[in-house]
Amino acid sequence: MAVIRQLVPWALAQCVKLLLLLAAVSVASFGLMELSPIDPVQAYIGADMMRVSAEQREAIAAYWGLDQPPIEQFGRWLTSLLQGDMGTSMIYRTPVTEVLAEKFTASMWLMGTAWLLSGLLGFGAGVLAAMKEGSWLDRVIQWVCYTLASTPSFWLAIMLLLAFSVWLGWLPVGLGTPAGVLREEVSIADRLHHMILPVLTLSVVGISAIALHTREKLIEVLHSDYVLYARAQGERGLLLVWRHGLRNIALPAVSLQFASFSELFGGAVLAEQVFAYPGLGQATVEAGLRGDVPLLLGIVLFSTVFVFCGNMTADMLYRILDPRTREVKA
Amino acid sequence: MIRKAHTFLSFRSTSWSARRLQAWLSVASVALLLLLFAIGALWAAGQPIVTALTLRNLPPSAAYWFGTDWLGRDMLIRTLQGLQLSLQVGLAAGIMSAAIATLLGVLAASGKWADRVVSWLIDLFLSMPHLVLLILISFILGGGVQGVLFGVALTHWPSLARVIRAETLQLRQAEFIQVSRRMGNNWLWIGWHHMLPHLLPQLLVGTLLIIPHAILHEAGVTFLGMGLSAQQPAIGIILAESMRYLSTGMWWLALFPGLSLLIIVRCFDRLGHTLQRWTDPHRARN
Amino acid sequence: MALLEVNDLSISFEQSAGWLRQRYIPVLHQLQLTVDAGEVVAVLGASGAGKSLLAHAILGILPSHARITGEMTYRGERLTPQRQAALRGMDIALVPQSVAYLDPLMPVGEQVRHAVKQGNKRERQRESFRLYRLGEEVERRYPFQLSGGMARRVLVAAATASGARLIIADEPTPGLDPDVMREALGRFRELADVGCGVLLISHDIASALTVADRIAVMYAGTVVEIARAADFAGDGTALRHPYTRALWQALPQNGFVPLPGEPPQLGERPHACAFASRCSAATDACLHEQPPVRELRRGLVRCVHAS
Repeated sequence: MAVIRQLVPWALAQCVKLLLLLAAVSVASFGLMELSPIDPVQAYIGADMMRVSAEQREAIAAYWGLDQPPIEQFGRWLTSLLQGDMGTSMIYRTPVTEVLAEKFTASMWLMGTAWLLSGLLGFGAGVLAAMKEGSWLDRVIQWVCYTLASTPSFWLAIMLLLAFSVWLGWLPVGLGTPAGVLREEVSIADRLHHMILPVLTLSVVGISAIALHTREKLIEVLHSDYVLYARAQGERGLLLVWRHGLRNIALPAVSLQFASFSELFGGAVLAEQVFAYPGLGQATVEAGLRGDVPLLLGIVLFSTVFVFCGNMTADMLYRILDPRTREVKA
Repeated sequence: MIRKAHTFLSFRSTSWSARRLQAWLSVASVALLLLLFAIGALWAAGQPIVTALTLRNLPPSAAYWFGTDWLGRDMLIRTLQGLQLSLQVGLAAGIMSAAIATLLGVLAASGKWADRVVSWLIDLFLSMPHLVLLILISFILGGGVQGVLFGVALTHWPSLARVIRAETLQLRQAEFIQVSRRMGNNWLWIGWHHMLPHLLPQLLVGTLLIIPHAILHEAGVTFLGMGLSAQQPAIGIILAESMRYLSTGMWWLALFPGLSLLIIVRCFDRLGHTLQRWTDPHRARN
Repeated sequence: MALLEVNDLSISFEQSAGWLRQRYIPVLHQLQLTVDAGEVVAVLGASGAGKSLLAHAILGILPSHARITGEMTYRGERLTPQRQAALRGMDIALVPQSVAYLDPLMPVGEQVRHAVKQGNKRERQRESFRLYRLGEEVERRYPFQLSGGMARRVLVAAATASGARLIIADEPTPGLDPDVMREALGRFRELADVGCGVLLISHDIASALTVADRIAVMYAGTVVEIARAADFAGDGTALRHPYTRALWQALPQNGFVPLPGEPPQLGERPHACAFASRCSAATDACLHEQPPVRELRRGLVRCVHAS
């Protein structure tokens, strides 16, 4: 109960923080987009520019409300945003909220699986390296982690594509679903089949940070006074790491993993592009390349909330699970 | 007393002089690699890229180490030129980022309100995914070199700004600064004569550690088609193009340019981390 | 037969110097010590004299680059690493210095239960908690929720609950107020009175003398004298080594005479009596060789001039 009572004011403060953040992000992005040299009408029409008359241009601008002064445009955008309407995507011709919902569902499977996998693998590798500190295994794990951190993730994706799809022919080259098949007919197996490589890329990219962090923390714990005392009491080996090591590194590791949503999203953008996976990442690239301002704004706000949720969960886990922050001295 | 015993653990790794030697070797080997690359880049810059239809789609050979592409262009020359461009953009953006970080970090240390504003700015910049922010900024700036350059510069400063802020705050409290202050020196003078020499190593290391990220992000945004234009031989462009020829089995188009980028990035990262351990062995762990 | 016997124990730490060369930094040097069942032996010495290393060496928990020579026996049986691993926590228990030696994320009751090696864990833990006036609610507390005195009692309770026969208490008193300190030391006396051997490591002569039967005085990595508690009386004439006498005379009630100079750094091992540079009675003989250990008046001393 005490936990809940303490969490309420904190949660309220977090909500206020998020609202302020969203307000700032929307004002800044909207304002800057107005200053941008990109002409949304031109971006909308794309290659057909030459065939469109001046009147048609104006009609299009008026249709999207682009002929209004910026303040008014922002006012209108904001009022509808508060009513849950984020405008209409220019490229998909459907409401932004629908695009976000559909694309995020696709990306969520991808990101969620990769997040879990990279967390488990990275944690395991970190624990292994720390337990064998200074050995060749430790050195190899560290070397791999540092190298992965310097690897362009899209290049890694291309390499995986080359190896598994082109050479071995085990997996499809791209697309979230097989071409020429209706959405309803896509089986879960097909979907999974097409997810393997993007998930693999995203998992491998995420391993480095969590593994190095876990290694560092566990080494610190293994050199701590309380592990020395535990050894003096006859504890050793795996049991010792299980009892005292994991207890003390699990929470920081899980928190770090939650706080890595920003990198996860960035990785998904690149991986989805390589594998033509129809998720939010690819939508981001499309919106940026083709000047779909409403969609881009929507994605910016959505990803802000996404990252914020990750960080907040990390923080909350500490508040709920760590006895030292859970209650004050009894 | 038991703590005393623990200090012996540090004896184990290696003595101070051996560590220094290792650091030297590491820096030297990285410097050698970068020098080799620089020579290669200089050589490549003088080589015109020739399209030779008779030499199309050649796999790597003694004459064409990295093979040739669908227009018969030498991939080694393209890669070296592309790396050079990526490196230039990455370096410039990294240095700009470090400048922003220094400015805001020192500003944050100057007063309570400035501190609040700066830390709020940091929160704001960290509030959305790095890459989304990068896409947004380069979109707003209309893409192209300047879009990427400013995009990368504007997204990589927060962590270094925090370091500079903490360091400046600590320095302000330091005895010798306080004495200098009582001797009637103004902050500007103190900043230049006392603080800058202390901040410089941090700044150098911080910049070096930004650069690998800057290069990777530049390459990423360019790969997505939002950065440098397709006529420029950037690594991101080369890799994006190679995607179209993957299914025909032309693996060398993707393997070598990416691997070269990886090695260069790893070099900068290694250099940064080595210098970091050197200048500040305690912070190196974090 | 002594419970614990330490003979000529030397410890050095391996350090790589340059690329391939290695050198050894000596930290303990030909140390002698015995602990009998039913007695409290205090090991006294300034910080840096190597007292904790002695404790860790007996338990076999020194870092892996430590090189150990000499012989240690427990109940007449040689303490090999395997034997130490079997005895640690079973027969030999450590009482560490502070609450920092408890796992910060594990309730203290559970930690004490882990220390119990024979019998019903919960019962033995409760029993020892009752013995040290620790309420049942303390079981569920985390280390950060304990007061200094309470943490001390938990640590002693863990040693008691383990059923160990040899208790090694490493600096158990610093930072405690006098009442709590007296109580903490009293615990060790009680343990000795029921048949345990207690090795009490401390740098505070006055408090150690209140419970110890014998005192081993360490200086620069070796034991320079082993005296009976009764020898610490009057102006210290019953003491054997000039360093012990200097320590005794430096106490406020004995004249507050300071000892000039600094002890040698850890790792420095001159081929001479380590105390010679600070000793007022030093002669040429002291500078030539390490004085050997001799028995003197039912104690031990490492000084050529002692009589």
